Amino acid sequence: MTEMTNSSARPGRHLDVPRVAKDLVVTALIATAIFGSTIAFRTVSAAGGLGLTTRFDVAFYVIAAVVVGRLLLWIFFWSKPAGEPAVEIPAGIKSGFAHVAARLGKIFGPAMLIIALVFPFLPFTDRYLLDLSILILTYVMLGWGLNIVVGLAGLLDLGYVAFYAIGAYSYALLAQYFGFSFWMCLPLAGILAAFWGIILGFPVLRLRGDYLAIVTLAFGEIIRVVLLNWYKFTGGPDGLSGIPRPSFFGIPFNRGEDGFAEIFGLEYSSIHRIVFMYFLILALALITNFVTNRLRRLPIGRAWEALREDEIACRSLGLNTTSVKLTAFATGGMFAGFAGSFFATRQGFISPESFTFIESALILAIVVLGGMGSQVGVVIASIVMIGGFEVFREAEQYRMLIFGLAMVVIMIWRPRGLISTRIPSIFLKEKKAVSADMVSQGEGH
Amino acid sequence: MAHLIDDPILTVEHLNMRFGGLLAVDDLSFSAGRRDITALIGPNGAGKTTVFNCITGFYKPTEGRITAHHEGGEKYLLERMDDFKIPKVAKVARTFQNIRLFGGMTVLENLMVGQHNTLMIASNFTFGGIFGLSGYKRAEKEALELAEYWMEQTGLTYRADDAASDLPYGEQRKLEIARAMCTKPKLLCLDEPAAGLNPRESEELNKLLLFIRKERDTGILLIEHDMNVVMGISDHIIVLDYGKKIADGTPEEIRNDPSVIAAYLGVADEEVEEVEHEIEEGASS
Repeated sequence: MTEMTNSSARPGRHLDVPRVAKDLVVTALIATAIFGSTIAFRTVSAAGGLGLTTRFDVAFYVIAAVVVGRLLLWIFFWSKPAGEPAVEIPAGIKSGFAHVAARLGKIFGPAMLIIALVFPFLPFTDRYLLDLSILILTYVMLGWGLNIVVGLAGLLDLGYVAFYAIGAYSYALLAQYFGFSFWMCLPLAGILAAFWGIILGFPVLRLRGDYLAIVTLAFGEIIRVVLLNWYKFTGGPDGLSGIPRPSFFGIPFNRGEDGFAEIFGLEYSSIHRIVFMYFLILALALITNFVTNRLRRLPIGRAWEALREDEIACRSLGLNTTSVKLTAFATGGMFAGFAGSFFATRQGFISPESFTFIESALILAIVVLGGMGSQVGVVIASIVMIGGFEVFREAEQYRMLIFGLAMVVIMIWRPRGLISTRIPSIFLKEKKAVSADMVSQGEGH
Repeated sequence: MAHLIDDPILTVEHLNMRFGGLLAVDDLSFSAGRRDITALIGPNGAGKTTVFNCITGFYKPTEGRITAHHEGGEKYLLERMDDFKIPKVAKVARTFQNIRLFGGMTVLENLMVGQHNTLMIASNFTFGGIFGLSGYKRAEKEALELAEYWMEQTGLTYRADDAASDLPYGEQRKLEIARAMCTKPKLLCLDEPAAGLNPRESEELNKLLLFIRKERDTGILLIEHDMNVVMGISDHIIVLDYGKKIADGTPEEIRNDPSVIAAYLGVADEEVEEVEHEIEEGASS
């Protein structure tokens, strides 16, 4: 049954006039309170300081639009008898959507991978798009890394960017002080970030829920503040510049005799390095994905998920929850460390500015929006969030407004993220996705 | 009264557990036989679950000693062990009064998590497993076989790939027991396994517990209110009231013990002395 026939066939559809009138008055008052101050008055620079102009007409139209909109909602959606849901989506459409989504889910991953592999060679791909995709892939990798901590182990980490910073600074400092190459620093940066993950892990082990989130938030800030103030070592707010660019396994990307272009008989172009960077981050991200998927099917991965579901039950089965949490922090941190050293080599310059809390929040938003624990969800969310930022660059100051609105809408529409079903790690006969409402979200949500 | 257990799997000696001013367990001593089903009963608030939590390491007792005796003669002092080491090393597994399953994971996954420690060693602490070494594959196959075995015994095979929270209550109870059995315990502690089960389900539970004792050579310690279960399958019953042991014996002895009847049914004020007298007589005889 469609929405239209559904509503016209419904008996007793009527407007409770006094109630609606009261509601509209309240709506008008709230709208006046909000828009009366924000739209009706406007500061302008006048001679000798700041002047004030009024725009009562605009404010009036906005308030009127809100009231009329609410009235329309009353007439078309809320005039149903009590007890029925305000807006109902027919069950057929709901299950049909789930079915289509499941179908799409199967081909989506491989399709994305093929697109990602050929992307740099497509005719319309230019330097700007390539840079943007490198940025998106960096966030995909970070999202996949954080997914281990938040999505699988269920430990809310608000300071994930700290590991990203550790990775970036590890490479920059090792290159500056010891002259290590990128390929040597990459594993070292991962190991160092994992090591710091364990250091962070120890104090937070006994904490639960919100307290855990606060401590991880503080950890992120501590790392940033140390980087900012240890001037002699890290350069403080000046950052570190002249970070060496990566070579093609020892062959530099330059114009010279021994450069990449010369050796491979290509005409020199600065895009070569960008394309290489693109494949480098793609490979790193795919390694993250591969390892995570592999770990999920190993006892450690199942232990992470069991920890998210019920910590006490874990202990009753002989799981050392301390080491389970530490491995989750360390593994998540390691991938952020890899991503960090990639970031450093791509930018050539890093400063504590790049590792603020907003980065942590963005990565967490990607994980939550994508659906916690879902690998494909992270990819979609990264494209939507990072790509969306770029698309709405024209909108200037409204960008954050649109962005916030979109997030609110998505979270109302799909409260557990875009892809919220869980795929079991092992099956006997048939792999059935587990619906989101059964999966626990773990600590601190 | 003196119920001799020659070969105990578990001995509890002078166990005291104090929460602030409340003495929840008061100088409790008992033993559970290696191949016995031992029931711990008592009115609500008698301290049964507290005893369980002390045995399984979730509480550290204020005083007392809890020892698990393995067949080879090894002894494990449970009150000194970390809670997760009790199932891992001392092989004492438990279930919970309010079922604690991994709800978002399938039945099979729940049973695989139960075998975490075995699989962890087989996967060389993940490093071997990640490269797909054959040793791990073999261990995983064995783990899968054990999981299938327990699903068969509990009649859950047809739900193997469903989420644990999708199961009806009775099956969740069974799954929790199956998961505990996957840790290959020597002693299985069940906290009210029959709570919320209908008569048919509790009959099935009885059969399962008898099977576990007989075929799997596992001692069972259970807290239960359902007298059909307690009287039907227990070899040995311990009765607690206000944290104290008031009776200890075979189901037959317990059934006729006046102090147990008094604790369960309560007595009128004027009868208290009479009952106490009877108890004293019972104790001295």
